[in-house]
Amino acid sequence: MDYAPNTDAQLQEMLRTIGVGSFDELISTVPEDLHHRTLDAPSGLAEAQMITLGEQLAARNASLKEQASFLGAGCYHHLVPTVVDALASRGEWLTPYTPYQAEASQGTLQAIYEFQTMVCELFQMDLANASLYDGASSVAEAAALSLRVTERPRILVSEALHPHARQVVSTYLSGASAVLQEVPSVNGMTDLEALGKALRDDVACVIMQQPNVFGCLEDMGQAAQLTHRVGSLFVASVYPISLGLLQPPGAYGADIAVAEGRCLGSPPAYGGPGLGLFTATSALMRRVPGRLAGCTVDRAGRRGFTLTLQTREQHIRRERATSNICTNEGWLALRATIYMSLLGPQGFRELAQLNLEKAHYARERLLEIPWISATFDQPFFNEFTLTYDEAVKPEAVHRSLAKAGITGGLLLSDWYPLLSQSSLWCVTEVTSREAIDRLVDVLKKAV
Amino acid sequence: MAEPLIFERSVPGRRGYLLPPSDVPGFRADDIVPSDRLRTEPPPLPEIAEFDAIRHYTRLSQQNFSVDTHFYPLGSCTMKYNPKLNERIAALPGFAFLHPFQPAAQVQGMLALLYELEQLLCAITGMHAFTLQPAAGAQGELTGLKIIAAYHRRKGRRRSTILIPDSAHGTNPASAALSGFQVVQLVSGRDGLIDLNELKEKLTKDVAALMLTNPNTLGLFEREIKTIAAVLHEQDALIYMDGANMNALLGIARPGEMGVDLLQLNLHKTFSTPHGGGGPGAGPVGVVKRLEDFLPVPRVRKVGKRFRWEERSRASIGRVHGFYGNVGVLVRAYAYIRALGREGLMRANQAAIINANYLKAKLQPIFPVPFDDHCMHEFVVTLKALKTHGVTAGDVAKRLLDYGFYAPTVYFPLIVDEALMIEPTETESKETLDEFADALLAIEQEAKTKPDLVRQAPQRMIVERLDEVKAAREPNLRWKAGTFLFSPEGSTQRK
Repeated sequence: MDYAPNTDAQLQEMLRTIGVGSFDELISTVPEDLHHRTLDAPSGLAEAQMITLGEQLAARNASLKEQASFLGAGCYHHLVPTVVDALASRGEWLTPYTPYQAEASQGTLQAIYEFQTMVCELFQMDLANASLYDGASSVAEAAALSLRVTERPRILVSEALHPHARQVVSTYLSGASAVLQEVPSVNGMTDLEALGKALRDDVACVIMQQPNVFGCLEDMGQAAQLTHRVGSLFVASVYPISLGLLQPPGAYGADIAVAEGRCLGSPPAYGGPGLGLFTATSALMRRVPGRLAGCTVDRAGRRGFTLTLQTREQHIRRERATSNICTNEGWLALRATIYMSLLGPQGFRELAQLNLEKAHYARERLLEIPWISATFDQPFFNEFTLTYDEAVKPEAVHRSLAKAGITGGLLLSDWYPLLSQSSLWCVTEVTSREAIDRLVDVLKKAV
Repeated sequence: MAEPLIFERSVPGRRGYLLPPSDVPGFRADDIVPSDRLRTEPPPLPEIAEFDAIRHYTRLSQQNFSVDTHFYPLGSCTMKYNPKLNERIAALPGFAFLHPFQPAAQVQGMLALLYELEQLLCAITGMHAFTLQPAAGAQGELTGLKIIAAYHRRKGRRRSTILIPDSAHGTNPASAALSGFQVVQLVSGRDGLIDLNELKEKLTKDVAALMLTNPNTLGLFEREIKTIAAVLHEQDALIYMDGANMNALLGIARPGEMGVDLLQLNLHKTFSTPHGGGGPGAGPVGVVKRLEDFLPVPRVRKVGKRFRWEERSRASIGRVHGFYGNVGVLVRAYAYIRALGREGLMRANQAAIINANYLKAKLQPIFPVPFDDHCMHEFVVTLKALKTHGVTAGDVAKRLLDYGFYAPTVYFPLIVDEALMIEPTETESKETLDEFADALLAIEQEAKTKPDLVRQAPQRMIVERLDEVKAAREPNLRWKAGTFLFSPEGSTQRK
């Protein structure tokens, strides 16, 4: 199957119109010695064969739907309303591109405007862009924006920021003159005393995560205050679902707030595509990266929507652009828009409450087990860290869980060598009480 | 008819989705979380019924042109048909519902697919190794530039210049700048290709690499590419290829044999994954052997018959994505490559080139092609002759919408005055191309006889031409209660 409708007879006729005798004449501009007139790929498959192949590959994976998983750590499994899939799969949403011709793209543009508004409401921030790639690259773009705006060289990142986000920031900033400095954590929280000492007037921004990578709820208000005292920007990386209950970044004074937004109406999909949410104060409006949809009027004075402030962008400004981003994650942003509108204020609060309840129930039950203790004594939302007694081998415990169809929390030894006995557990509304109880039963017998 | 904002449909107390009831004992947030870390008011999102959402987002969708509904000849974006089969495969729970931290034993099918996709991309391009991590073409460019920097660092030197032709996509210089390089522009030769003398003149000891697009944004193959590569390699500078236009090369020539050191592919272009109104895309990066060590981590490895992630590599530039890249997009591209296979991909490529040249032949008698040669997958015409009638390329683009066609890329590449950059792709029929050519020729007549009609286009869309100056001068980037007065004929801003 090649999805190309023109028949051989038509192609021949078209070649005649072009005025060439053969296809080869058309590609005479490609030097002969570069010709490689084959493809080292297998032969094609009919639709039914491709479906079989796809299903066979998929069957070699253990889907989250057929197990109890307690993995989170930046990728969260949440319910996706049927309506999100039904609407988003329409070709009119799935198959256009960036709305350069605004008049023929009002659907996409109005949806982006609604998306920007909802993200602003959820975050309590002045403005949101049309999305970036994922949470990690949003953190990196926040760092780059801070460097540009403050013209200061140092960036402070909390050790309790997701290690992958820290790694992406480090990749993005490599080669630049910026200095990336880590602020240590104590008892699962960013060490605010250490932060205070590290904050000098050469600091462009401080980047913290809420809830942090250990699931603990940081004192973002105090951190933001310390940061602003020396004129640095405060960057918060947040978990959108938690904002049904937790203080939004705008309320504690974040200058830039970012998030991984995949959890809003899209499946985990092995971690990608993600949805980079990027919000900022209005002071930063003309410096932010990415597309922005704006409201304007047409010639007849009617309301309409268009991409705006494009002089920040690469296709206009080239090497002086605020970012190189072009394609973002529009389709996931649409899904998030539909998702947030379905949930509404009440649904969002209930969702966050459900996550909080189930996670606290799970931790309470897990702490019944004598060889398990809480790693940190801190408030949390739907993720928490547990430590096994020294005598217990975490890998062995998690292998026996796997045999029972349960994927245990993420072992933290790779990220934090000092936490070699600890693991990070996540419980969402998807997790049933039965799954939690079964987990506890299996664990009780595992050691 | 205009559609209100979803907020304007909101009715207090309405619900669009019900969550399952709690099955665990109640925990009150107030008892658990310090009050200063709690939200005081629920987020003011719209309150709507499920059916409100269906009507609203269905109606909005109908205000879009899309590949599924309209010919979408946006140059350099390869807006080909996005097979429904790929959507079906990507939605299988065994792909869509995987967590990135599941142990390798639980995701062998996924890893096998990713590994095989890397191998296929290597075979198609002639490169030695690929990373699938970059989330879009521009992130692929960034990844490539980081690799270029790392290569020169390993050689114990710092080079800070990237050469970029003036015909390049805007992302090229933006990516170079974001990576800490300084950009030196190469003026294209009279044939629209890279001018070897210009290249040699600007090739100082500080040049880290040349970024070029092949075929370039005029749709022309860089005939001298092997010489260009040789000239760069003599200075130990690298050659980066923007593979946005790879649809032109499948089964004809491979960048690996052209002397290209590294490139990015745009799977949402060449390999048919949907553009989604602006993403997600995927921008895998392929490299020659001597650059393999610098690829981002983690990398998928095959050990015996098993697959696993390798997290560490000393020379790697590090991570560019939170997890493994846009996997959902990668699954679609894999399904596309396997379904078409060798013969299908080659036939698609031939049809794409024939379609482009055919449309060019139909239009050329009226619209000059400034850099004329057989084109590859796309071509650029200039509308500067219409200027005497006061009609611009932008006007013609808007008028095309009235004829039921999305507009080609306008005013790009920058080296062509009043440019229309047209890429029909292989999935359009001859009939559609004929209709499109007829429409453009009719508009050309209108421009001469009824220029106002063209200048005032579009007339048949949901809105007339939008005031972009106002949008930029008085930025309104979010709705606030009470700012609009909605009416079905079109809302106006409340003064």
